[in-house]
Amino acid sequence: MDCFQDTVFKLKRYWADRGAIIQEPYDIEVGAGTMCPETFLRVLGPQPYRVAYVQPSRRPADGRYGENPNRLYKHQQLQVILKPSPEDVIDQYLGSIEAIGIDLKKHDIKFEEDNWEAPTLGAWGIGWQVMLDGLEISQFTYFQQCGGFDLELVPAELTYGLERISAFLQGVDSVYEIEWAPGVKYAEVRFADELQSSVYNFEVAQIDRLRLLFNEYEAECKRLLSLYDGKSECKKRFPVIPAYEQVLKCSHLFNLLDARGAISVTERVGMIKRVRDLAVGAAKMWVDQQA
Amino acid sequence: MNFLLEIGTEEIPHWMIPQALDQLARIDLLGARPEVDATPRRLVVRAWGVPERTPDQEQIVKGPPVSAGEKAAAGFAKKHGVDASALRKLGDYYELHKVVPGRDAFEVLAATLPAAILAIQWPKTMYWTSKQGPRFIRPIRWIVALLGDGILDFEIAGVRSGDRTRGHRRLGAAQIQVTPKNYESELRKNFVIVSSKERRDKIQKEAAALGARLDPEILETLTFITEYPTAIRGAFETSYLSLPEEVLATVMKHHQKYFSVESAGKLAPAFVAVMNTNGDPEGLVKRGNERVLRARFNDARFFWDTDQHRKLADRVEDLRKVTFHARLGSYFEKTQRVIALVEELAGNEHARRAALLSKTDLTTEMVKEFTELQGVVGGLYARAQGEPEAVARAIYDHYRPAGMEDEIPSTREGQIVSIADKLDTLRECFRIGLIPTGSKDPFALRRAAQGIVKILVEAKLEYDFYALLTPELTDFMLERVQHYFREVRGFKYDEVNAVLASSRGTLADVEQRLIALAQVRPTENFEPLAASFKRIRNILKQAGFEAGASLQESLLEPGPERDLYDAYQRVRQRIQGAGYRAALEGIASLRPSVDLFFDKVLVNAGDPAVRVNRLTLLSDLLTEFSTVADFSEIVTSGEQK
Repeated sequence: MDCFQDTVFKLKRYWADRGAIIQEPYDIEVGAGTMCPETFLRVLGPQPYRVAYVQPSRRPADGRYGENPNRLYKHQQLQVILKPSPEDVIDQYLGSIEAIGIDLKKHDIKFEEDNWEAPTLGAWGIGWQVMLDGLEISQFTYFQQCGGFDLELVPAELTYGLERISAFLQGVDSVYEIEWAPGVKYAEVRFADELQSSVYNFEVAQIDRLRLLFNEYEAECKRLLSLYDGKSECKKRFPVIPAYEQVLKCSHLFNLLDARGAISVTERVGMIKRVRDLAVGAAKMWVDQQA
Repeated sequence: MNFLLEIGTEEIPHWMIPQALDQLARIDLLGARPEVDATPRRLVVRAWGVPERTPDQEQIVKGPPVSAGEKAAAGFAKKHGVDASALRKLGDYYELHKVVPGRDAFEVLAATLPAAILAIQWPKTMYWTSKQGPRFIRPIRWIVALLGDGILDFEIAGVRSGDRTRGHRRLGAAQIQVTPKNYESELRKNFVIVSSKERRDKIQKEAAALGARLDPEILETLTFITEYPTAIRGAFETSYLSLPEEVLATVMKHHQKYFSVESAGKLAPAFVAVMNTNGDPEGLVKRGNERVLRARFNDARFFWDTDQHRKLADRVEDLRKVTFHARLGSYFEKTQRVIALVEELAGNEHARRAALLSKTDLTTEMVKEFTELQGVVGGLYARAQGEPEAVARAIYDHYRPAGMEDEIPSTREGQIVSIADKLDTLRECFRIGLIPTGSKDPFALRRAAQGIVKILVEAKLEYDFYALLTPELTDFMLERVQHYFREVRGFKYDEVNAVLASSRGTLADVEQRLIALAQVRPTENFEPLAASFKRIRNILKQAGFEAGASLQESLLEPGPERDLYDAYQRVRQRIQGAGYRAALEGIASLRPSVDLFFDKVLVNAGDPAVRVNRLTLLSDLLTEFSTVADFSEIVTSGEQK
């Protein structure tokens, strides 16, 4: 039986063999692998790109103090971007599932409509949730728009819910029972993080300070956006990626505030728009800078 | 010739397939009738007897005038590559009768099919080759296009048509050569059942044999998300049966697309899943599905327990943070309005309490996860938290009826809260201009309006319907009333118009009048009398008559005029306090007197006083007897379209 990390190794190997760069997780909090610059910025523009990485993804509202067997504040996502998507992309995807030891001739796999949309990123795509014996194991999306841009080359984004897949492979009912490394359970690696992050997010974090931080990161991003000069000869030096990192900070702070129930009806719409405006601004800069 | 078109795609959303097939069934195949079918990965059109060529056609080209001379004619003939002797004269002009030879079917279809395929309308499309590339519901990966033994050669999105199809993703071959004749059997060998009917039958038969409660909606879904459906039965621990049946059923149906299983009229701890493969000999798929369901049920149990920490009553304030509509504020504000409406509708204390708590379940984990259970969860929680049963029941029911087939809330409190909730949504949306147009009704306002009508009628509620409406709502709601009585209750449109034209009150009363009218209508006197009433209305209109002076008996001429008056008085007394049916029968009995009056009496009498008196008689008659229904709205057999 493969432990959690074996499954990760196999998936990375599989996609490396198909020309993907194996990246490491991004070092700023994100809600999904899609938000990493490796996806959000790289899908823009005419450059082909293939990349795969595991991304710990934080969803403050999903925290359950480590008590719920299936729900996590921070889950591990394997994210694959194939830009442009190859003609046999679904076969390649199915191959990856077989590569981790699932004989699809003996299982039931279905592709059920599930279109993806991220209002804070000005992004959406068309696709499916992939169901294996009734379990959603992946999201499969053909990106159509990102940062408000219609994409020139349509990338396929494949995301694997690693905890779910491992629990399935190992036949356990709780993610905390997953064997991460031989003899080491998921709980030993992650439980403290789940418990303490839930305590912080739901009880200890200060709403006023979170707001303050949000405003600061937003201000810094806006400052950078206003400094960018597309006609400058040294525009390639311009810190577009750091500007985008401020967007990620804002997005995470927004999620924290939301989990605290600190965002009112009218404010919510407004804050989503504030984040989107920053994301769209960063995307514009990136496209211009790469041109 | 036999024709086969298979558009091979990635998995198409199941609910879009039937409407795409309707469009493909209208594709032009040179007069041959297209037969369509589909699986999630293929849209199929077949036809037998496609002609080899389109018919020859004669074309007439107008030439120069005869007066222009033979030289001009020769020039015209040369231009068209014929001898001048082939021209004919029609009147003052030459003309050429040209035979345009029919075109080869291969050529025509190869040229027209790509556009016809891409012309299919989908609810949401994508591009996949590039921004400039074609749009379709999902990427097209292969195309089979055959006419007889030959390939109809064309290309869409870089995919060239051919004679190779693909089997089931894992059980079938990746390349299968087919002909129009062996297409279905070759695919069957490769674990694809092309016929959706056959898949549906297979699911139905297998699921029924496993004890499934055959939900038609899931059956349809499963038919179009599988290429080779096979049913299996799984089980769950009996302890989960302590969760409300509503929650269990929702998880199985909406989240897992399982059929539930019943034994002795109660939910059994089992389910039937339908796989897209040929079997599960090792029980792997069964175990996998059981694991998923267990996790889902555990979630539900967790939500239930968590939600009990905070009572519904303590959640009312939380509704300030839940948006009803960006321009209409929060659910807290909506709740306040609904309570006011419940009071306006004279709802009791329980109804007011139910209105206060009706939306609080929107803040619970259970409803966040299972949104389709809103209301139901509130009702279950209210009961568990010791609210009076009348309050719990009203909350539980207040989204009902969900459609015309659904039942109305079972208690008076539930009916009142349901009406108040829907009426508020309607009033508020109309107030800011969110009015349904054509097929666009994003807030389901028609359904809300229909729900109100259904409750008012079927619960026989004593509210003046018109008093509930704001001016901008009136036409929209009346349309729903007409729709309800016509489409749901089967009354004729003119009967509905006749009753609505004279009624100003409760919808329960409208219903009573309609029932009476429909009963009396087939009797022999009714329709002729209705025709006479229409005549009276026209006479009064033409005379510009305005009721004012009261009738003077002394001016009545003995004979038919006096007789009509006496009959009118008799009937009037007889039907006072009588039911609608008796009233209508009484009025219908006036027919001979009315007929005789029109036969023998000249309304337009020379003496102005007599004339006015006769018009007054007719006017009184019309007014007096239009209180049940306005007969002049009845379309009599003579004038039916």
